[in-house]
Amino acid sequence: MIAALTVLAAELPGIATDVAEALDEHKSGGLPQLHQPDFGPQLFWLALTFVLLYVIMKRVALPRIGEVIEERKDRIQRDLAAAERLKGETEKALQAYEKALADARTNATSIARQTRDSLNAEVDKERKAVEDQLAKKLADAETSIGATKAKALASVKDIAGDTVVSIVGALTNLSVSKDELDRALTSGSDK
Amino acid sequence: MAGHAAENHGPMAQFEIKRLVPLELFGYDISFTNASLFMVLALVLISGFLILAMSGRSLVPGRIQSIAESLYEFVAGIVRENLGEEGMRYFPWVFSIFIFILTLNMLGMIPGSFTVTSHIIVTFALAAMVWIVATLIGFARHGVGYLKLFVPDGVPLWLMPLIVPIEIVSYLIRPVSLSVRLFANMMAGHTMLKVFASFAVSLPVFAKVFPVLFTAAFTGLEFLVAFLQAFIFTVLTCIYLNDAVNMHH
Repeated sequence: MIAALTVLAAELPGIATDVAEALDEHKSGGLPQLHQPDFGPQLFWLALTFVLLYVIMKRVALPRIGEVIEERKDRIQRDLAAAERLKGETEKALQAYEKALADARTNATSIARQTRDSLNAEVDKERKAVEDQLAKKLADAETSIGATKAKALASVKDIAGDTVVSIVGALTNLSVSKDELDRALTSGSDK
Repeated sequence: MAGHAAENHGPMAQFEIKRLVPLELFGYDISFTNASLFMVLALVLISGFLILAMSGRSLVPGRIQSIAESLYEFVAGIVRENLGEEGMRYFPWVFSIFIFILTLNMLGMIPGSFTVTSHIIVTFALAAMVWIVATLIGFARHGVGYLKLFVPDGVPLWLMPLIVPIEIVSYLIRPVSLSVRLFANMMAGHTMLKVFASFAVSLPVFAKVFPVLFTAAFTGLEFLVAFLQAFIFTVLTCIYLNDAVNMHH
């Protein structure tokens, strides 16, 4: 490294002469850029190529690029608009669906209530009918029990009379007339 | 050997104009030179590339079409930023300037080629075109009112005798500064490359690595400069146009 740098340092004056010579070569004619006879051809070809370039750019190349970029921008805009519209439609559909759902729910509730009410009414009516029937049967039964009881009581008097006549007949050999029996029974029951 | 090399490969030799086909028109020299060759080459390359790239015109661009569209959007961005949407009228012209200078700069980076933009007469002609067009647009749009460009707003009256001449001189010097910036950058860069590359030849073998490394790094820098100078020329063109169109300072 150090050796390289030493050699580099040693060579430097030589390099300086090289550069000086190189620049010197052109001292006679100056910089190539300032060589005036070259200006004419440069300007002519510059004008020619630049004007041609401008015309080609303006008429052909740039409109093509511009069109494609514009078209893409339009397309994206259109797609975005379509997406926006579809989103709106979806939202509308969703709202309609939710409304229908809510309506259906309300309907169902009211139908259920109606049904329950009408069923309740029917059940009430039927129960009332059955109760009425039962009440009537009960009343009938009570009447018939009353009648039977009265009849039974009446029969008891007869049976008792007969029994008394038989007993008296068996015991005393006396026959009891019907009037006597009646009198005895009635007075007995009066006591 | 060193003297020999200087004669054929001096750092300035690369800038020499060589007449390839001597031509004459009405007594004027219009020879087809090495500079002309590279101008025509640039014209053919740019036109061919852009037209070929857009031949598909697909909605979803391929690689080549993407490059063409990026170039378009890049320059359109510069124009819109400086001139607004209205300035897109001048877009084809600004694009031509940018792509022409960029291509000429990049072609100059090919070893052994010729750098058209390293010639002051070429850069000055381009800068003069920009200046003249901008000035014509300025007067066409604003008439004599365009001269108000030299009277900035908000400057106290007693400063006017100082400010107005400065504004006028800075306006008149625009084509010079615009052309010298491009020309000097290209010439200096290419000269430096050549000088250091020739060190690689004249130094002893074990020391050659230094100029080679430096030249490699400097070549990278030169590519940046080649792009940057085309960009700066374009931006300044837009700024000058904006002065002419909108008279904003």
